[in-house]
Amino acid sequence: MSHHLKEFPGVPLKDSDIQEGKVLTTRWEVKAEYAWDTGVALGEFFAGLKDGRILARQCDRCGRIVVPPRMFCEWCHRPNDRWVEVKDTGRVNTFSVSFVLWDASRVKVPSVPAVIEIDGCTPGVGFMHLLGNVGTTLEEILARVKIGMPVKAVWRPASERTGAITDIVHFVPREG
Amino acid sequence: MGYKNRVAVLGAGLTKFMRRAQETGKELCFEAARMALDSAGLELKDMEAVVMSTAPDAFDGVHMKGEYLADGAGGFRRPYMRSYVGGGSGVFSVIHGWYHVASGHFDTCLVVAEEKMSPCMPHPQAAFNAIYDQFTERPLGVNLLWIFALEMNRYMQVHKIPLETISLVSVKNKKNGLDHPCAQAGIPGEYTVKDIMDSEVLVWPVHRLMVSPVTDAAAAVVLVSERVAKRMTDKPVWVEGVGWHLDSSYWTNRDLYYPKYVEYAARMAYRMAVITDPRKEIHLAEVYDPFAYKELHHMEGLLLADKGEAPRLLEKGVTQRDGDLPVCPSGGLMGVGNPIAAAGLMKVAEVFWQLRGEAGARQVSRPVKRGLAQAWGDLMQVGTVVVLGV
Repeated sequence: MSHHLKEFPGVPLKDSDIQEGKVLTTRWEVKAEYAWDTGVALGEFFAGLKDGRILARQCDRCGRIVVPPRMFCEWCHRPNDRWVEVKDTGRVNTFSVSFVLWDASRVKVPSVPAVIEIDGCTPGVGFMHLLGNVGTTLEEILARVKIGMPVKAVWRPASERTGAITDIVHFVPREG
Repeated sequence: MGYKNRVAVLGAGLTKFMRRAQETGKELCFEAARMALDSAGLELKDMEAVVMSTAPDAFDGVHMKGEYLADGAGGFRRPYMRSYVGGGSGVFSVIHGWYHVASGHFDTCLVVAEEKMSPCMPHPQAAFNAIYDQFTERPLGVNLLWIFALEMNRYMQVHKIPLETISLVSVKNKKNGLDHPCAQAGIPGEYTVKDIMDSEVLVWPVHRLMVSPVTDAAAAVVLVSERVAKRMTDKPVWVEGVGWHLDSSYWTNRDLYYPKYVEYAARMAYRMAVITDPRKEIHLAEVYDPFAYKELHHMEGLLLADKGEAPRLLEKGVTQRDGDLPVCPSGGLMGVGNPIAAAGLMKVAEVFWQLRGEAGARQVSRPVKRGLAQAWGDLMQVGTVVVLGV
């Protein structure tokens, strides 16, 4: 029936309609605060980061060694079996070059988010982090960073670590 | 299959797609629901149940949004249920409604999908941050574009797909959107590959003209049992297949180059629709395209192309409105707009109109008897598929 309709419902507003007060708006700001428990698995993982170690969990049934760690194997749906210290090196599984912040504002010097496959884990398994020392412009970064590139964690100085994912500053290229 | 009723789509309704609508979400729901009922020739009193789909409450700043929207959607004094699987919600809403009727519990069900993203200031992007892991991801400063850029790059690298080819999706869908009466101002248009490639790099490889916009809108469809459909219309459009599938939230532990969960959702829908060769038996597809690359990525997951083959079908013109397999003849999210849940239901409405030959300037050239609508969402992990046929 859409082809019979001349005009569909809806009144589009312009930003100026709001700025100039042509339509009424009511504003509200959320004030919400949360304290999240890191939980059993991530608690241990973050304690490990504070010591400069990356800890993974291994499942004896499927054999997978995974990060971020969890106390259960979601594949086998059973408790997994042990902590395994893996390396602080890995390979770039994929990356991007971000000029946008969380609020959609723009930055001149981009960040380089990447999925890092961690050495010692099951192939293809890793976590998201940032790449560093790979240039400050899109051209430099694209010339430098390749999928499959070997990288190494740069740790925050031990005294500054808080037991958080940011205890690793970023990953930088290394000789593979 | 063990279900009681065959289910038909009897009517569809849609509001304009707008960057900011004057109407509230409730008012948008009313407009879409009213239009769907009018087009079906039914009244709210005829609806035995109502199903609502709408994405994160954080956009509206209204918790229990399902209940807030219920009155506009007609969801009071009758069984009412909200379903939500992120971006997959709009297509999932039809699956949800299908269950209501197929189960034999109801003969009629009104399905409404709504999104009003504009209230969230300064930009709805901010509301998306709360979907990421609060321990391992949020402290890195993650935003929504990051993860799609990561997936897009992985897909491009594995199959060696040039950005120029992916830009062709934007060119096609933005052109198709010019014929959609609900398209959001400034979103459809005539663009060249160069225009797309020259647009601002947001999070490489994603450029501004490879992303769908923020949109306010609502959509609705009326689902009825075969018994009611036969009384009401000579042109029933049947829900022939439904499928959905969820993969792990540990998205950094799986290879993003291929959406396996979309394949499983599609296989489920094809099995139900007794489709053995989707490339021949699906005549048009409204594939989920919030980003340009997603249309290609999803065509492969839907088994409408081999892995890595979708870019070649696009280059050959197969997916144009006059091609053998028109994809996103509506203009899709890239050409019409992306009011999350309502965008998915818009795709189902488009397939409905195409199968009835009522898509006007958007009508595809080839004869169509069976079409597919698909959506995708959560943390790159859910696929929802509906196959409609006449």
